[in-house]
Amino acid sequence: MAPLDELKIGGMGASRRRVEDNRFIRGKGNYVDDIVLPAMLHMQILRSPVAHAKIKSIDTSAAWEVPGVRLVLTGETMAARNLAWMPTLSYDTQAVLATDKVRFQGQEVAAVIADDPYIAQDACDKIVVEYEQLPAIVNPIQAQKADAPLIRDDKENQATNKIFDWEIGDKTATDQAFADADVVSKLDLHYPRSHPSPLENCGSIADYDRATGKLTVYMTSQAPHIVRAAVAMVAELPEHMVRIVSPDLGGGFGNKVPIYPGYVVSILASILTERPVKWIESNSENLISTGFGRDVYLEGELALRKDGKILGMRMKTISDHGAFYADAQPTKFKIGLMHSTFACYDIPTAHLVSEGFYTNKAPGGVAYRCSFRVTEAMFFQERMVHAAANDLGMDQAEFRKVNLVGDDMFPYRTAFGFLTDSGQYQKCLDVGLKAIGYDTFKQEQEEARKRGKLLGIGISTMTEPLGAGNSREYDIIGIKMFDSAELRVHMTGKALLRTGAKSQGQGHETTWSQIVAHELGIPADDIVVEEGDTDSAPFGMGTYASRSTPVAGAAVAMVSRKIRAKARKIAAHLLEVSEEDIEWELGRFYVRGNEERGVTIQDCALAAYSNIPDGLEPGLENTAYYDPPNLTWPFAAYLCKVEVDAESGVWDVLNFVAVDDCGVRINPMIVEGQVMGGLTEAYAMANMQYITFDEEGNCIGANYMDYLLPTAWETPGFELHEVVTPCPHHPIGAKGVGECATVAGPAAFVNAVMSAIEHTGVRNVDMPLMPNRVYEALKTGKDVSGMPPVLSD
Amino acid sequence: MYPSRFDYDAPSTLEEAIAILDQGGGEAKVMAGGQSLIPMLRLRFASPERVVDINGIPDLEYHRIDPDGTLRIGALCRHEDLELSTIIGDTFPTLAGAAHLVSDPIIRTRGTFVGSLCHADPQGDWSATMIALGGKIIVQGPNGRREIEAKDFVLGPFVSALAFNEIAVEAIVPPAKGKALGGYLKLERRVGDFATASVAVALDMDGDTVTRAGCAMAGVGGRTIDANEAISVLQGKTLSSENIDSAAAAVAAASDPRTDHRGSADYKRHIVETFVKRVLVSVAKSEKKEAVA
Ligand SMILES: Cc1cc2nc3c(=O)[nH]c(=O)nc-3n(C[C@H](O)[C@H](O)[C@H](O)COP(=O)(O)OP(=O)(O)OC[C@H]3O[C@@H](n4cnc5c(N)ncnc54)[C@H](O)[C@@H]3O)c2cc1C
Repeated sequence: MAPLDELKIGGMGASRRRVEDNRFIRGKGNYVDDIVLPAMLHMQILRSPVAHAKIKSIDTSAAWEVPGVRLVLTGETMAARNLAWMPTLSYDTQAVLATDKVRFQGQEVAAVIADDPYIAQDACDKIVVEYEQLPAIVNPIQAQKADAPLIRDDKENQATNKIFDWEIGDKTATDQAFADADVVSKLDLHYPRSHPSPLENCGSIADYDRATGKLTVYMTSQAPHIVRAAVAMVAELPEHMVRIVSPDLGGGFGNKVPIYPGYVVSILASILTERPVKWIESNSENLISTGFGRDVYLEGELALRKDGKILGMRMKTISDHGAFYADAQPTKFKIGLMHSTFACYDIPTAHLVSEGFYTNKAPGGVAYRCSFRVTEAMFFQERMVHAAANDLGMDQAEFRKVNLVGDDMFPYRTAFGFLTDSGQYQKCLDVGLKAIGYDTFKQEQEEARKRGKLLGIGISTMTEPLGAGNSREYDIIGIKMFDSAELRVHMTGKALLRTGAKSQGQGHETTWSQIVAHELGIPADDIVVEEGDTDSAPFGMGTYASRSTPVAGAAVAMVSRKIRAKARKIAAHLLEVSEEDIEWELGRFYVRGNEERGVTIQDCALAAYSNIPDGLEPGLENTAYYDPPNLTWPFAAYLCKVEVDAESGVWDVLNFVAVDDCGVRINPMIVEGQVMGGLTEAYAMANMQYITFDEEGNCIGANYMDYLLPTAWETPGFELHEVVTPCPHHPIGAKGVGECATVAGPAAFVNAVMSAIEHTGVRNVDMPLMPNRVYEALKTGKDVSGMPPVLSD
Repeated sequence: MYPSRFDYDAPSTLEEAIAILDQGGGEAKVMAGGQSLIPMLRLRFASPERVVDINGIPDLEYHRIDPDGTLRIGALCRHEDLELSTIIGDTFPTLAGAAHLVSDPIIRTRGTFVGSLCHADPQGDWSATMIALGGKIIVQGPNGRREIEAKDFVLGPFVSALAFNEIAVEAIVPPAKGKALGGYLKLERRVGDFATASVAVALDMDGDTVTRAGCAMAGVGGRTIDANEAISVLQGKTLSSENIDSAAAAVAAASDPRTDHRGSADYKRHIVETFVKRVLVSVAKSEKKEAVA
C-alpha cells in the first residue's frame, strides 16, 4: 500500500488555502455586529471631550425624555452597584463610567440604551456634563515633575504619577564593563504611540436571562476565557453561569485583550433591562479610548571593545500607560519582556531599569502584534546597534557578525537570563546580505551621492521570545499561561477540534487541521476547528504574543498523539495482534513485518464506536493541556534599501528582503502572509502613523484620515526568504511567526533612512519618519524628536 | 457613528431639486458623490433636515470639449471619469496631473469634480486646479443661472459662494491661449490622504514665451490659495532658471501654511517652492525636447 502523501491531505508544509476565507470573502463571516438577538437594545457611550477634569454635575434628564430610550447609566448608577470601577489585567483599577474625574479625552462618562443606535446617539447628545478642567499630562516626563497634578487621586497610597519601578540584570558587572570599554555608544529615542487598529472595532452583546440566571456575552475578545473569569469576579456571577463567545474577529493585534468599560456597561444594562444589549464602538472611539501600543522613551548605551565586541549594555525605559495601568503583562514582568532586548547578541552583562507612569491618555501599552514590549526592545536594540557600528567606524553587517550568538553556542543564556535554544543567525543574515546585494552597495551609494541621490541600506536582526509562557514564569492575574486542545474523532473518521486559543485572522481553522493531519493522517479537510466559546472550548489563555502555535498548536499535536495512542490499541484489536507488534505510518497502523496487513485511522475511528475491544472505553476523543518547557525563539534578518529625496524628505523603499527562521512551517503560505502583513504594519509605523496629543491632552489624529493605515497602493513589495531551524522542544518544531515582522521591521526601515542621511551628522529621527522630519534632519544635521505634545504656532 | 435623523429626496430634474432646496430654507443639502457629505453626517458635523440626492438627475455625468476648446464638466462627472479621460490629457495637463491624486481609487469612483468645488475644503485638489486655470462655475437657482469665477467661488474653509437654494451644474475651463502646459504636484502621506501641500500650475505658452500663468495651492492656508498674481511674474517671459526661481519664491511667499502634525509652516512653504520649481522645470524641459524634435 502506497503511503499517504502528506501534502495531498493538507498536512505539514502544505500551502493549503485558508478554509475560513470561504466565508470571509463572501461576506458570510459572523462578527459580533452581525449577531441580532430578539428584542435587542442598542447602547451608545458618551465620552469626555477633555483630558483631565473634575465632573461637577451630570444632567441626564433630557436624554431620558427622548422617545425610545430605555436606560441611561452614569458613574453614579454604576457605583450604586459597586461597578463604577473594575480591576484591570495588571492589578490596577479602571473607571467603568467616570464618577469623580475624567482622566483622558474619550473616557466613558455615560451610556444610553435605546431601541436603536440612532436614538441612543441622539440621547447621548442631550446629556449635559459640567466639567472643571484640570491641567493635563501628556507624557511621562511631565508626569514626573514635582508640581505635576496627581492623576490617580482615587487611589490610596498613590502620592505621585508613578506606576512602577522595575529593574533586572547585574548592575555592578555592567558598570565594570563600561569602565573597561574602549568606546561607549549611546542612543535615546521615543517609540511613538501606535494603534493596533483592527478593522473590526470592539463591541459586545450582553444577554442576561433572568429565568436561567445565565449571562451570555458575545464579544470581541482575543482571550474569552480570561474574560469569563474576570466577569464572574467583577459582576459577582457564578462562573458556570457566564458564557463568553468570541465569534469571528476582524483582527485583534493586542487591542482585544483588555476588558473595556463598554463590555461591562452592556452587561449591567442587560441585567437591568432583561434584554440583550448591543454595543459597537466606532473607529474614532476605538482609536481614542482602547489599548494603544508602545509610547515608550528608551535610552541606553553599549560598552564596546575596539574590535567591535560588545562588553555590556545598559538601558532605561520610561513608559506611558495612560490613566489606568490596564495593559496585560505577565505578573513578574512590569514592562513585559523588554529584557529580551539584545537576546540575539552574545553580551556578557546587562542592566535594565524601567519606570512606568500615568498620563492623561487612554490606558494602553498593549502588546500590539508583539510579545509584551518586545517590539520596543528590539527596535531600540537594532537602532542602538546601528549607532554603535557607526561610532566604531565598522560595517553594519560586520559588527552584527562579531556579536551574534553562534550556532554552536546553544542553548544560550542571555545576560538577562533567558534561555535561547536554537538558530542559525549568521546564515540568515548572509542570505539577506546576498539577496539585497550588500557587497556592492557602498559603491552604489557613493556614486548615487555624486549624482545628488541619497541611497541608504538598513539591517535589522533579532530573535524574540514567543509563546508565553511556561507556567513557572508566566501568568496573567495569576492564571498560568498554558493552553489546550480537545479533539473528537467521529465514527466516520471526521473530526472536531477545539482549542483555548482564538483566531483573529491568523488562520487557525486551516493550520490546526494541518497539525492533526500530520499527526493522524486524517485529511485536513475532514477536520473542523472551533474556538472562542467558553462553554465548549477547553480553557486557554487566548491568542496574542504569538503564542497560538507555540502553545495551543503544541496542544493540538499532543492531543492528536493521545488519540493515536488509543487508536493503536483499537488497531491491535482489529488486526488481532498485540499492541507491540503494531507499526504506524501516516494515517495507518500495520503489523510489523507484514505491511499489507493494516487498518487506517478511519477504520479505528469506526471501531471506537462499533467494535470496541474489551476493557477499553468507547469513543475517540481527548483533551490535552500543554505547558511549554520554555519560550520559542524565531529569528529574523531584514534588510531594506531606500532612496531619500533631499529636497522634500520623502523616501521610497527600493528593495526589502526578509529572511525568517520561524522553525518548521506548518502552512508556508500563511507564514508568508503573516510576514507580509507584519512588514506592512512596520512600514506604516516607520513612515506615516502618528497619533499624538496637544498640551491640553487633545488627541491629534483620532480618526483614520489622520491616523493612516497603509494600503496596497503605497506599501512596498517584500522579498521573502526562509531558513528553517526546528525548535528543539516544540512537538512539531515550530517557533511562531505572527509578530516577527512588526517587531524587527521598523528598525530596518529607519536604519535605511538613517544610512542615507547620517552623513549630515544626524544620529536619530524618531518615528514616524515623515518627510518633514527627514528634511529637517538633512537640513540641520540634528536629531528630530517626536515627543508629544505637538506645539502649534 | 450615527447621523441625526434626516429626510431624503431623490428628484429627477434640476428644477425639482432646486424647488426642494428652496423650500428647505437652508436646512436641505445637496448630495452628489456623498464622499464628503456622508462622513460629515456620520460625524454629526452636519445635521441637515433633508438630503437632496441629485444622482437621479439625467445628463450631468459628462465632460466634453467644445469646438472652441472650452472644457465643460457636468455636476455628476466623477473624479474617475477625469482620471480615465481620453480628452483632457493633452489639452489640460494641470487637470490630468491632479486626477490620479484626488483621494483614492475607491472614492474616485463616486466623488464628483463639481461636488469637490462646492465642498470648498482648503485641502481639496480640484479647487486649486480650477483657480490656476481661470475656470468658472455655473450655478442654477430658482431665478435661473449665473456664472461665478472659480477664484471667487471659494469664500473660506468649507464655505462656497453658493446660495442655499442653488445647485452647481457645470464647471467650465476656458481654452488655452496658445499651448496649455503645467501640472499638479501634491505631498501626501499616503494614497488617499489630503494634501500636506500641493500646487497647481497652469501655463499657456506661445513658443517659449509664457502668455498666461496661473497657480493655486491646497493645504497651505485656511482656504484654497489663489497664487495667480504671484506667478504672474512669468507673464511674457521665458522659463529661464532665474525666472523659474523667482516665480517659485513668489508663490511660496503667497502661501499661508500653519505648523501642525504634518510639518512646520516653513517646511510646507519650502515644499510649495520646490514643487512649483519642479513643474516649471519639467515644462521647460518638455518644451526644449519639442523644439529639438
Ligand atoms: C477618505 C477620503 C479621502 C479624500 N481625499 C481627498 C483628496 O485627497 N483630495 C480631495 O480633493 N478630496 C478628497 N476627498 C473628498 C472627495 O474628493 C469628495 O468626493 C469631494 O470633496 C466631494 O465630492 P462629492 O461629489 O462626493 O460631494 P458630496 O459629498 O456629495 O457633497 C459635498 C458638499 O458639496 C455640496 N455639493 C455637492 N455637489 C453639489 C452641487 N452640484 N451643487 C451644490 N452643492 C453641492 C454638498 O451639499 C456638500 O455640502 C476625500 C474624501 C474621503 C472620504
